[in-house]
Amino acid sequence: MPDQLIFAMEVTLNGLMAGVLYALVALGFVLIYKASGIFNYAQGVMALFAALTLVGIMEGQVPFSHLINAIFGTDVHHFSWSVPALGAILLTMAVMVFLAWAVNKIIFRHLVNQEPIILFMATIGLAYFMEGFGDMMWGSDIKKLDVGLPQGLNMVIDETTYGMFGYGFFIDNLDLIATVIAILLVSVLVIFSQYTKQGRAMRAVADDHQAALSVGVSLNFIWVMVWSLAGFVALVAGIMWGTKSGVQFSLSLIALKALPVLMLGGFTSIPGAIVGGLIIGVGEKLFEFLMGPIVGGATENWFAYVLALIFLVFRPQGLFGEKIIERV
Amino acid sequence: MFYREAGDFKTSYKADSQTFPIKFDRYRYYAVLFVAFALIPLVINDYWVNAIFMPFLIYSIAAIGLNILVGYCGQVSLGTGGFMAVGAYAVYKLMTAFPEVNIFFHVILAGGITAFVGVLFGLPSLRIKGFYLAVATLAAQFFLVWLFNRVPWFYNYSASGQISAPERTVFGIEVTGANTDAWATYLFCLVFTFVCALIARNLTRGAQGRKWMAIRDMDIAAEIIGVDPLKAKLSAFAVSSFFVGISGALFFAVYLGAVEVGEVFGINKSFLVLFMVIIGGLGSIFGSFAGAAFLVLLPVFLKNALVGGLGWPTDLAAHLEFMIVGALIIVFLIAEPHGLAQLWRVAKEKLRLWPFPH
Repeated sequence: MPDQLIFAMEVTLNGLMAGVLYALVALGFVLIYKASGIFNYAQGVMALFAALTLVGIMEGQVPFSHLINAIFGTDVHHFSWSVPALGAILLTMAVMVFLAWAVNKIIFRHLVNQEPIILFMATIGLAYFMEGFGDMMWGSDIKKLDVGLPQGLNMVIDETTYGMFGYGFFIDNLDLIATVIAILLVSVLVIFSQYTKQGRAMRAVADDHQAALSVGVSLNFIWVMVWSLAGFVALVAGIMWGTKSGVQFSLSLIALKALPVLMLGGFTSIPGAIVGGLIIGVGEKLFEFLMGPIVGGATENWFAYVLALIFLVFRPQGLFGEKIIERV
Repeated sequence: MFYREAGDFKTSYKADSQTFPIKFDRYRYYAVLFVAFALIPLVINDYWVNAIFMPFLIYSIAAIGLNILVGYCGQVSLGTGGFMAVGAYAVYKLMTAFPEVNIFFHVILAGGITAFVGVLFGLPSLRIKGFYLAVATLAAQFFLVWLFNRVPWFYNYSASGQISAPERTVFGIEVTGANTDAWATYLFCLVFTFVCALIARNLTRGAQGRKWMAIRDMDIAAEIIGVDPLKAKLSAFAVSSFFVGISGALFFAVYLGAVEVGEVFGINKSFLVLFMVIIGGLGSIFGSFAGAAFLVLLPVFLKNALVGGLGWPTDLAAHLEFMIVGALIIVFLIAEPHGLAQLWRVAKEKLRLWPFPH
């Protein structure tokens, strides 16, 4: 087999893995959008916030230590304990649930029945607020996140492919784990929304929230639940990306990676998010591999958007989205 | 008592349809122009120009441009930073290619080039709507910034990859480069801001503005009553990008002087201008000025109060700024979706009766 083809295969595999991570973020968007019609731009910042909180709790950082130091002239930064990974994850989840409750109580209850684009802009405001809040709470320096996930070259795949092609593929263990977790997460979410009482209520709200209200579904509860679920997905995405490249501001930019995935897959479809993520992941890695050297590299920044844009011109509702019908 | 239309009689259609039909408004407008053109240039110094006046004037143009697209025509765009970059690089290429032509024309031409690019990226708006379109305009943002970063022709093969403005004059007075006077750069920007605002104001209250607003309120209904969505949407993209391009050109050539595209015209710039439009007021020219002034002054104020006054570290002040801006956006969207401009309108209504109850 020619070298070029083998490299292309490796790139494709890595693209699939990256695509799974994009899909993971996109999933959070779809959940909230389906249940409340809010396109949540703050999803990426939620992932950053979750990861920051997780690191902060694990290392026993004092929240708002910078602020306290600046006001009172003290010099506090860490408590004398550290929390094991599992406990910290549970505590972070509690924080995310509280956040979901607060966001609904303070912001979105007052914006019910507003136009979708107003809600979208409100979430941009929320993203800005949480970015400043997270940095103020935990400090803006780059942090290392280690919850005990394996990292580095996967020896089994390396050796197997070496035996087959005479060239060992480089696949990161972390990417493999992320793929497994993403598949598990999606299955759990699908089962949850299809076969449980709360899941049915969630779908009812998504369908028509006035009708759902009239048969006794509590809108507030469902919205808080959905935002908590999105917070949970954000936490998982935050752990994966944070372990991969450190917990820092750029983590919030994964939201920007997930947007074209959504456009491609359709805003309302969970399978769409997965398929869209895979297409974008493979597409941008292959494009960078084939065209990058010719046009100057770093095409990953825009390729996904342009692909989604061209695609939308032909199919405005995305691959799996519901058909948009407009009436006067 | 002072602000009222009673006794203000019009005897011609022209007088009735002027921009400021109420006498008090008109005199206030002349007074503002007089202060801006005649008084401020006399007393201004470098700090005031660079910290407040120039960013305010330039962002005002960008906000007016975006307001035409978002506030009047209802097409949300997140590509403002990218379009500003087009204006900046267009003026740079023109300035270096035709040094003998006055920079005044370069800036206007840069606006024209940006308008063309804007129409190109506005084409999908005919098929896709709402936040699908908002996300699609992000394609413009990322693609344009990447293009200016990677294709050496745009930055004239300079080693640093930056562009820097050569020295150019208007009527023999330098307005770009290192040796400019505060009043000269201020007046240069002010002229552009004034003309842009005038054009925008008259466009939006004429037939074209009504078409845009019809498209914004409901595009299918507008199409049925005879508004051509193709023309209305693309003209909104063109006019909007024209203004945004001019502001990008001024931002680079007059204000900063040297630009690294990813830093200056990144996605944060797009959001900043969008926030100006939201806080100032969607669908209001005055609101664009108010929003620009607010978001230019807020960081200056916070920096002076927190860093200078309380002695906080600068990064903490920056975080607080993020929180305040984000919270303000939400507060405005909930409490006053029409922004500062609406507060201004309400205040004027109150003034009509004040100090009498009825």
